[in-house]
Parts: sequence; structure tokens; C-alpha cells
Amino acid sequence: MAMLEARDITVRVEGRLILKDLSFKLKEGTSHILFGPNGSGKTTLISALMGLPGYEILSGRMFLQGVDITEKGVDERARLGMAISFQNPPEITGVKLGDLLRLCLGKTEAEGFSAEERERIEAFRLTSFLDRDINVGFSGGERKRSEILQLLFLKPKVLLLDEPDSGVDVESLRMIAAEIQRYVESTGSSALIITHKGDILDHVKASYGCVLLDGQLHCFADPTSIYEDIKRLGYEECVACRRRTREGWK
Amino acid sequence: MSGNGSRNGSTGTSTNASRGEESGLVRIPHEILAEAEQAGLEAEAKSRSATFFHLNQETVAAKVNELYEGKLEIMDVKAALRRYPWLSDYMWKIVSKDKDEFTKKVADEYSGGYFIRIMPGAEITFPLQSCLMITQRNLEQRIHNIIIAEEGSRAHIITSCLQHSSVANASHLGISEIYVKRNAMLNFTMIHHWSEETLVRPRSAAEIGDGATFVSNYVCVRPVRDVQMYPVAYCRGNDSRVSFNSILYGQRDSLLDIGSRAVLSGRGSRAEMVSRAIAREGSKMIIRGMIEGENPECRGHLECRGLLMDDRSFMQSIPELVATKKGVEITHEAAVGKVSEKEITYLMTRRLSRDQAVSLIIRGFMDVSILGLPEALNAEIKRIISTSAGAG
Repeated sequence: MAMLEARDITVRVEGRLILKDLSFKLKEGTSHILFGPNGSGKTTLISALMGLPGYEILSGRMFLQGVDITEKGVDERARLGMAISFQNPPEITGVKLGDLLRLCLGKTEAEGFSAEERERIEAFRLTSFLDRDINVGFSGGERKRSEILQLLFLKPKVLLLDEPDSGVDVESLRMIAAEIQRYVESTGSSALIITHKGDILDHVKASYGCVLLDGQLHCFADPTSIYEDIKRLGYEECVACRRRTREGWK
Repeated sequence: MSGNGSRNGSTGTSTNASRGEESGLVRIPHEILAEAEQAGLEAEAKSRSATFFHLNQETVAAKVNELYEGKLEIMDVKAALRRYPWLSDYMWKIVSKDKDEFTKKVADEYSGGYFIRIMPGAEITFPLQSCLMITQRNLEQRIHNIIIAEEGSRAHIITSCLQHSSVANASHLGISEIYVKRNAMLNFTMIHHWSEETLVRPRSAAEIGDGATFVSNYVCVRPVRDVQMYPVAYCRGNDSRVSFNSILYGQRDSLLDIGSRAVLSGRGSRAEMVSRAIAREGSKMIIRGMIEGENPECRGHLECRGLLMDDRSFMQSIPELVATKKGVEITHEAAVGKVSEKEITYLMTRRLSRDQAVSLIIRGFMDVSILGLPEALNAEIKRIISTSAGAG
């Protein structure tokens, strides 16, 4: 059974059709790379999968380990094991990163972190941010690290990652990618990673890639070869490509 | 003289406490102390450097923790005026008797208030506490307080003003004159815990000397009929500093008209104001702030943020900046809005329900860390906010 399956979903955002009859299945214990030019709807896809408000599912169904989640709200999906990292997470005055991490771990406000959790926080270089208001004055890289750490602390079945490789330094990217890789492999969970520039491919093992174009997924293939083509020919060529295939990953 | 007794009828909770200035809280009925604890009083007073308690129209406790003997004084202001003739120079010096009908009333007759003096160079690690409480129906409590933080001293004062929950109608008129002398640091936190039928008119002013810092915190998270106040700080000293911080939670038709004003006349003087206000359940809140720059090297910033939770409530933010010298740099930012849907959704992706997310955002909004308090007081005020505001 697929970890996550989308079956012919059509999604509308602010009156515009963004995704049309789109289908895919995510496999367990591995990462899937989603390419696509700017504005192709990558963020719309993971937002719709997470059930964020404003992303209207006009038709089609979504299943998490066979359970239909199409009608479920954001928090319900989160509790069922879906998790998302944002490109531009909001700043929330007075809500501390430490409090949010405790919530992700299912701890109360009074509970402390275990030694292992503290180690993770330190590895993400966020120890000195625990008492800071979430995202307030965080740099791009700090936001990324905070987003990914929250995700890992949630221990989800499905990780939806929106460009974890944009705006981070090489060292942070390597660390983030290694942590995602380790988590996905060791838990049998499944990641869907949006990348625009493909930097993350150098650090994460992924055998599955595809391109989002015209509201549909194409070119299910090895992500490295897709990325090589994109680098060489640009997304314009993807648009023109006659070999487009809409069959899912083998 | 103080009006001693219950001319307007009592709830039966009056005390037999003597008027001895050195008395502690032991003679105050447990049930009254329990209420005062809700507003921040530490009844055992173990981790307080001094305790003052004015019940209705009588000072029933004024005691310095023996660890701090000689470092500070706390007593009823009338007793202090008898002991120190010079103190009359500090009465009605920075608050005018003729300011309004309320100051006139207090000038005409008052029942007492605290006199707190922190001795030169004394560093008081435990907070001083004071409690002004009303247990008599229809009482008009009239208070005059004086605080003198002598040169180079450092202290925190937490003062709880409350009305017994079983008492309906009452009013509180309180004058406070605060003097922060050269290089002293005074952090003053006032917690209001009135009831839905209380009329409250504090009239406060502070004078801040060379190199001195005054932090004035105000927390009002319980319903109240009507509070109007606009304390002023005169930063007369060179490099003097003032911070006004307020956490306001208006509920059940409360009317809160709260402001703070800083007059920066000292060279290099600074003012900072931060207020966070939440209005719900038909409450009306007017949040004011004024910084007046009178010295070319002064600086000031005012931040006012409000959340309006429903259509029955009202919030108005009135920041004002006045400059009278070239070189003055004063700024403000003000925002009034609702709880952001984007923030709610974000927290819901972290497995919080919608209600939990809103509650967390509201608690965060009323972040006590803006008050600059020691950890123990932070925890205390956090507790008061989460129980009173029902935002837990």
C-alpha cells in the first residue's frame, strides 16, 4: 500500500485552477523529489495535501495509508501523521521556539527536553533560539532549521518539505538533508521534497523524481537524471518535451 | 485622619489588626489573604523583602523582612509624614492636587497609602510587595503612595490592587508619586484585580534622576467596570530611562482607558513603551501613549499592539509623539487586528486544535517577558494571566 496517494485531484486557489486531475503514490521509507518551474503549483500541491485553508479540492481523493483524508482538517491530518515545513512560516509574538518544539514532541509546557532532544536542538544550532519568539528576527537559514526540526520532532509518516534547500548555507543543507535521510530511512516514513534548484539532491538519497507542469505531474524518473536535463535544457524544454509521461513511479 | 470603620456597610471581613506599623500579615483573615494571593500577594512573604497591606481605609500591615533591615523602609504614608517632616516636600510635587475631581478628593481626605524608601546604594533582591484591597461595599478608597528610590539603589516592587470578589460596587482613587534618584533602578509592577463594578482612577507620576531607570509595568486582565489612567514619567536627569509596559485583557464590558506619557527633558534620556491589549466580550479599550521630546539628544519608541476578538468590542490606539527640539528622535508603531489565520493554521499543522492554537497565540501575545521581571515574578504573573484571562 502506498504511504500517501493522490487520485485525480483538482485544486483551485483564489478562483484559479492550479492542479488538474493529478495522481501519484508515495512509497514508504524514501524521499520523492518534486521539480517544477516557478508558479507551477508545487507549494499548492503540498498545501492541498496538508489541507491548508484556501486550497479547494474540487474533485479527487487523497489517502494516507489507505485512509481517505480528503475531508479532514489540517489538525486532523497532522495528528494522523502528515507534516509540512513552510517556505515562509509566520512570526508569532510571544510564542517561543522552545514551546513549539515541546508541543511538537507532545510535551506540556512544564516538561523539559531529554538529553537526546537537546542534542538534536544543538545539532540544528537552535539552542540559543529556544526562548526567542518563533521566526521573529530569524534568518532564512534559521527558519529552515527550525522548520525541519519541528517536523522531525512531530515524528510524522509523511513529510512535505517546501524547498528545504533554498536560502541555507552548504553546511546547514548537508546537516538538514542528512537528518531527513536518517529519519525517513529509519522510520519507513515518506518525504515529498520540493526543490527549485536541486541542491538537496547532493545530500539526500532519492530514487524518485517528477516534474510539475501545467497542473499535472510528468516525467516520473530518477531525480538526478531529471535534474541534469533541467540544468542542461531548462524548464522550457520540459514544457516542449514530447516524451512526457504521466505514468507513476515504478 | 483616616476614616476607620465601615460607614458604608461591610461584608463582615473587617479585621482586628492593630495599626502597628511593624505588623505582618498574620492578623489578616485567611480568606482575605487567599483573594489577595490571586492578585500576586505572597501571603507567607518569605521571598519578599517587605510587605504592605492597606485594607479598605486602614493600613493593616507594614513590615520589612529582617534580611533587609536598614536597607529599606515601608510604612503607612501618614505615619511617615509624622516621622519625617521633609516628606511633605514629596507630597503633591509631581501630581497636581487640582488635576481633576479625583485628585481633589484625595487631597481633601485620604485613608493612607504606602511610603516606601529604598536606602542609598541598597540592592534589594527580593521584591517588595504591597496590596491595596477593598472588601467594603460602596467604599471609595482614597490612597496616596510615595516611593523614593534613593541614589544607586535597585529594587522591584509588586503591588496588587483588588476588590474582594463578593463585594459589588466600589471605587479606588490612588495617587502615586515615585522618585527614582541618581543611578537608581526601580522596577514597579502593578496588578489590577478589580471586579465588574469597580471604578478605578489611579493618578501617578514619576521623576527620574541622572542615570536612573524606572520600569513601570501594568497588568490588568480581570474584568473591571471602568479604569482610566495616564501615568506620566518625567525623565529630568541626564541619561535617565523609563519603560512603560502593559498587558491588558478587556472582557465582559470592561472599559479601559489606559495610557502612559513620558516627558524627556534630560540630556540623553530615553523612553520605551510597549503595550499589548486584547478586547473581547463587549469591552471598550482606548490605549494611549505619548512621548514628548524636549531635549535634542533624547530618544523614544512606542509600540502598541491590539487584538480585537469580536464585533461587540472596541479598540482605539492613540500614539502621540511631540518634539520641541531639533534632534529629537521618537518613533511609534501601532497595530490593531484580529488573531491571524495564518498563525492559527501554522500551529494546527503542529497538531494543535483551532482552540488550542488561538489560546497559545493569545497567551504569547500577553508575553510577560516584556515586563523585565525576575523569573519568580514572571512565573507568578504568567499564572495570574492564564487563570484570569481564561486563556489557558
